[in-house]
Amino acid sequence: MAAVHGDVHGHGHGDHHPTGIMRWVMTTNHKDIGTMYLWFALSMFFVGGTLAMGIRAELYQPGIQILEPELFNQFTTLHGLIMVFGAVMPAFVGFANWQVPMMIGAPDMAFARMNNWSFWLLPVAASFLIISFFVPGGAAAGGWTFYPPLSVQGGLGVDLMIFAVHILGASSIMGAINIITTILNMRAPGMTLMKMPMFVWTWLITAYLLVLVMPVLAGTVTMLLTDRHFGTSFFNAAGGGDPVLFQHIFWFFGHPEVYIMILPAFGIVSEIIPTFARKRLFGYSSMVYATASIALLSCFVWAHHMFTVGMPVVGQLFFMYMTMLIAVPTGVKVFNWTATMWQGSMTFETPMLFSIGFIFLFVIGGFSGVICAIVPIDIQVQETYYVIAHFHYVLVSGSLFALFAGAYYWIPKWTGRMYNETLGKWHFWLSMFFFNLTFFVQHFLGLAGMPRRIPDYALQFADFNMVSSIGAFGFGLTQILFVYIMVSCVRSGEPAPEKPWEGATTLEWTHLPTPAPYHSFETPPVIK
Amino acid sequence: MSQDSSHYFVPEPSPFPIIGSVALFFLGLGAAFTMNKIEPGYWMVAIGFAILFYMIFIWFRQVSLESESGKYNKTVDVSFRWGMSWFILSEVMFFAAFFGALFYMRVFSLPWLADAEHSLLWPGFEAIWPTAGPGIADTFTQMGAWGLPAINTALLLASGVTCTFAHHAIRENRREALKMWLLATIALGVLFLGLQCYEYVHAYRDLDLKLTSGAYGSTFFMLTGFHGFHVTVGVIMLTVIYFRCASGHFTAENHFGFEGVAWYWHFVDVVWLALFVFVYLL
Repeated sequence: MAAVHGDVHGHGHGDHHPTGIMRWVMTTNHKDIGTMYLWFALSMFFVGGTLAMGIRAELYQPGIQILEPELFNQFTTLHGLIMVFGAVMPAFVGFANWQVPMMIGAPDMAFARMNNWSFWLLPVAASFLIISFFVPGGAAAGGWTFYPPLSVQGGLGVDLMIFAVHILGASSIMGAINIITTILNMRAPGMTLMKMPMFVWTWLITAYLLVLVMPVLAGTVTMLLTDRHFGTSFFNAAGGGDPVLFQHIFWFFGHPEVYIMILPAFGIVSEIIPTFARKRLFGYSSMVYATASIALLSCFVWAHHMFTVGMPVVGQLFFMYMTMLIAVPTGVKVFNWTATMWQGSMTFETPMLFSIGFIFLFVIGGFSGVICAIVPIDIQVQETYYVIAHFHYVLVSGSLFALFAGAYYWIPKWTGRMYNETLGKWHFWLSMFFFNLTFFVQHFLGLAGMPRRIPDYALQFADFNMVSSIGAFGFGLTQILFVYIMVSCVRSGEPAPEKPWEGATTLEWTHLPTPAPYHSFETPPVIK
Repeated sequence: MSQDSSHYFVPEPSPFPIIGSVALFFLGLGAAFTMNKIEPGYWMVAIGFAILFYMIFIWFRQVSLESESGKYNKTVDVSFRWGMSWFILSEVMFFAAFFGALFYMRVFSLPWLADAEHSLLWPGFEAIWPTAGPGIADTFTQMGAWGLPAINTALLLASGVTCTFAHHAIRENRREALKMWLLATIALGVLFLGLQCYEYVHAYRDLDLKLTSGAYGSTFFMLTGFHGFHVTVGVIMLTVIYFRCASGHFTAENHFGFEGVAWYWHFVDVVWLALFVFVYLL
């Protein structure tokens, strides 16, 4: 603690900055806010993870063991909501806060006070979600997609979830506007758009998607709220509305949302692989165009989530082909990463291991996505564990692995200390093993017909479920190792060398000391 | 932290964000309680609004003071322009969700409810807009387009023109004309809101058209209601700008506070035109 304490006082700029807890509450510094985002995301990751452990414990054996079906439904619903809105999205915004100003040579984010508000809305929304477990009727239990008519029926818990989503949406929109403005307006002289690091590019496009689709989600939950309490008929067929309308509007938000959670991951991996392959990123401009194409296409694929609700064949074909088209720019990215490594002078530190693990497993998730895009197959696997396996391959071994990679990659710059490389490698290999143990078998369960969101299952699914549960417990325990590595790095890690990664070329490594000073780039650097 | 004009303005640590978060905590929790008839809900909503308005007041006051004391250089000005543009895009998308719902109901769900497959479920139901749907027995009269709504269209379009006159006045440093045209814009906005209220009373009392009147009632009141809310916000913002102008804020070259509000006002105008065509006319 002494070290951290001394660190705070080391930044005596002679101005009256609050200290202690008020430093964090009132801060306008992008690094402080980024740190808060990351710790918040990590704690939500463990809250959502605890729910996942509950789900897997119930599914360890057939029959009802520890969770009553109603509580099981609340667990699956809140696991999804908390992981998507509380863990993955805030974690990426935390990276954007730390890295975007440093990578483009800006003194801070464009709207520093609003930046802090974006963060402090998150604990409010998270508290609504957690409180909702303890109100009469319990938390929302209709799945994280809260389809009506189920979500029109629930009690106070559903309303708390609706207001939580409103507040999270406001937070995301403010954060996104802040990031876009920072990137478009505050780049150092000479840094043209096509000279920006890939991480900055991916966040520019992600923020654009956020501004585009978060308001649509706000509109959807508003309609749900008025249907619940004020007698409107948006999702009520008796009044001329349609429950399927909800699914269309929700997935118009929901599919771009998937790319909001993966594009910054692409950005992180695109920074790490060139560094450890000691080569420039292969095909930089094609990477930029591929990211933009993915974002554009993602707005025209939403109905592939609802092939089975009934839609004209022309609609099914359109959404099927559009979805398969996304595999093209995504393939461009995968080939570019691979080509970057080709004949590179590679070393395999923890960030690189997680990045290669990311490519390997994300490709599996991507391919099972293409399989799900094919209408006749999707009709078979809709609402089965095949879908669960698919999106955990893109969200856990995709987004989450990239987040781990980024944390190991940049923590020397943030803290001036090195993490324990041996433990980091253990974290990677254990995560890799247990992740696949948990989710690979779920492909088989899904193809054999095991439905998702059900606390009990037929006897023939028992063996694979037990394997999956053991994997999940292992994966959960492994993440405690990650917390240990990070905390011991921050508190007592070895001092990091000035430039721990010799292959790194972005501004935060080449133009700033390690650790990065509290205020960086008050005078912008000039990029040649 | 010394701030000269060549540096980007990074504000001091600020209590505003946490005050806003506390406000939304009370507001969200209070609203959820109120809707479920739990007693302290009303109080929490009231407290939440009070804190929120206080936060908005001190925050914008601080921004005005910083602007007037010359802390914002050209780059900060461009940031505000980008910020406002993207905010307006997000508002466009919010309305798009509700317009999308309207189109979906009229183009898809209504014909489907009346097709041969559904004739067993809803015998005799015909797909005629406006409708309260096959299962809601309400009878109501549709809101005509060429009465109040047409007058309201004229009012809002005129307010867009007066707002532009005010913009020309500020750029040519004609302060009296600026204040006059701003007042005219505010007056037209208030008049619009008054007529909109009258229209709602007319709908409930004479036309039997309610929020609960099925698909038509839902889309009519939600779309016009959210638009009316945005007009209200716009009028408040214009009023703030009027008082800022009256106390000598802004210069002929530097007046983004005014321009941002003018953008917003034109955006509200355009939404109304879409409403007039798709909600009232068609």
